[in-house]
Amino acid sequence: MRPAFSVIFFTVISGCGYGLLFLLAVMLALAPQVLDQHEALAALALGVIFAAMGLASSLLHLGQPQRAWRALSQWRSSWLSREGVAALVTFAPALALAWLLWRGDLGSAAREAGALLACCALLTVWCTARIYSSLKTIFAWHNTLVLPGYLLFALLGGSVWLWLLDALVGASRLQPLLPLAAAISAALAAALKRDYWILVDRGASASTPESATGLGRFGRVRSVEAPHTEENYLTREMGFALARKHATRLRVIALVLFACVPVLGAVLAAFVLPEKSVALHTLDALIAALSATAGLFIERWLFFAQAKHLVMLYYGARANSA
Amino acid sequence: MTSLPPPATKKLGLVIDLDICVGCHACAVACKEWNDGGQFGPLPDEHPYGKDPLGVWFNRVHSYEIEPAQTTQPAMTVHFPRSCLHCETPDCVTVCPTGASYKRAEDGIVLVDDAKCIGCQLCAWACPYGAREYSEQRGTMQKCTLCVDRIYNESFEEYDRQPACVMACPTRARHFGDLGDPDSDVAKLVAERDGYDLMPETGYQPVNKYLPPRPRRAGCATTPAAVEKEEADFSSSPLLRWMDRILSR
Repeated sequence: MRPAFSVIFFTVISGCGYGLLFLLAVMLALAPQVLDQHEALAALALGVIFAAMGLASSLLHLGQPQRAWRALSQWRSSWLSREGVAALVTFAPALALAWLLWRGDLGSAAREAGALLACCALLTVWCTARIYSSLKTIFAWHNTLVLPGYLLFALLGGSVWLWLLDALVGASRLQPLLPLAAAISAALAAALKRDYWILVDRGASASTPESATGLGRFGRVRSVEAPHTEENYLTREMGFALARKHATRLRVIALVLFACVPVLGAVLAAFVLPEKSVALHTLDALIAALSATAGLFIERWLFFAQAKHLVMLYYGARANSA
Repeated sequence: MTSLPPPATKKLGLVIDLDICVGCHACAVACKEWNDGGQFGPLPDEHPYGKDPLGVWFNRVHSYEIEPAQTTQPAMTVHFPRSCLHCETPDCVTVCPTGASYKRAEDGIVLVDDAKCIGCQLCAWACPYGAREYSEQRGTMQKCTLCVDRIYNESFEEYDRQPACVMACPTRARHFGDLGDPDSDVAKLVAERDGYDLMPETGYQPVNKYLPPRPRRAGCATTPAAVEKEEADFSSSPLLRWMDRILSR
């Protein structure tokens, strides 16, 4: 599949935003007293900005963005529509929480709004993942590892950015909670991604050029002439094959960036860096956040670029060949 | 509304006979022509001429070579027109976030409402048959309408109320009708010729059916042997035997 930058940016950055909102909301719901009012407000703002940036980017992918409001109507059948609704609904508890925090009210209302925000943020990322994992035409997406992958990556993205914000604004009040959350989600995401890559490399869909044409009863089907001499929409959109040459190297780079660097950063923050040095902690968190986000971009790019679509069977593609 | 309608009794669709399709692309061209000028037109091209021509077509005709399992049989060439199959349970309809993509309850035709489509292209991703092509020029998704502006067009003579691709086919490899009616000509054709679904394992239950190529005549299979024999056998006449002797020196 063609890796459109608008979609990659949307899934990565809105994932970071909703992951951040989720973590913040869970903290506010469970133990509001650990958070400083200003820090919580700043985190809320960052999460909302990330989510809004991601959603704005998704509009750039549309051919008729001025009609985007129509996408809220078909939530009964469409995961994309559900994602749109959930993404917008999430802003309601976020704004309510912002208002409560502004007033300095960290009582039961804030805890309830926090719980609601956590649920909405989780639901939004869930729907984003289901847009892809519900497509039966793409083997690399239609499997059980895609949904937990999106959730873990959102958590990872959210925790590294919240960690950075905590170092900047809160003077590392939430040490070692956030580096720990980042390290755990990074390790889990790395393990999951390893399984995912093994699955995608080894597995193949049940369809073949023989079943696609129904001519398997006569023998092996080979495409001798394409319907068109130039590329068409289908071969450009579904037949993207650029990534396959450097895939292994890119996977290693992604793993280093989104898993190794943040885990190392978390270890440094917890055990090595002097407790008082705000500058060092901020630098450490900044490197972890930038590295993890860059790793997420590469991972998401591969998620699209390496995915093969069934329609290419008509153009002579074999499931297990490049 | 992108939820699917309850199963209809009427299922309009095409039956494509792979036995007699000669791969002339007349269906594709006639389709392009009708839909460029008809009610739904123009069917846009991004770059119709020049270095990298790019445009939307609803029909794409592939050509395949089939290598039989037994090597004594010669290979077979099959021309294969590919277009929307107007599936009974299509994901291209249910994934649509806006309600632009819909399946008609009355006859099962799958259409896109151009005024509602936001151009997210998710429906094209959901279709394994490559039936949908996006137009950058329009910013919306395009697809086969089964010539809905022909088949119900009362200003046309009765025999003209057929999709343009069916009208154009010079070998009559394409048939149009109600596949939900077991007494229709198309349904009988499917029953008689063992018509089949493409990629049945995906579960979309296409309405359009394909008729398999008929078994090749036995004469074909013996051709390679005959060629070999002609090359080797000089024993049938004295003249040939003499020539063979002379030339073998």
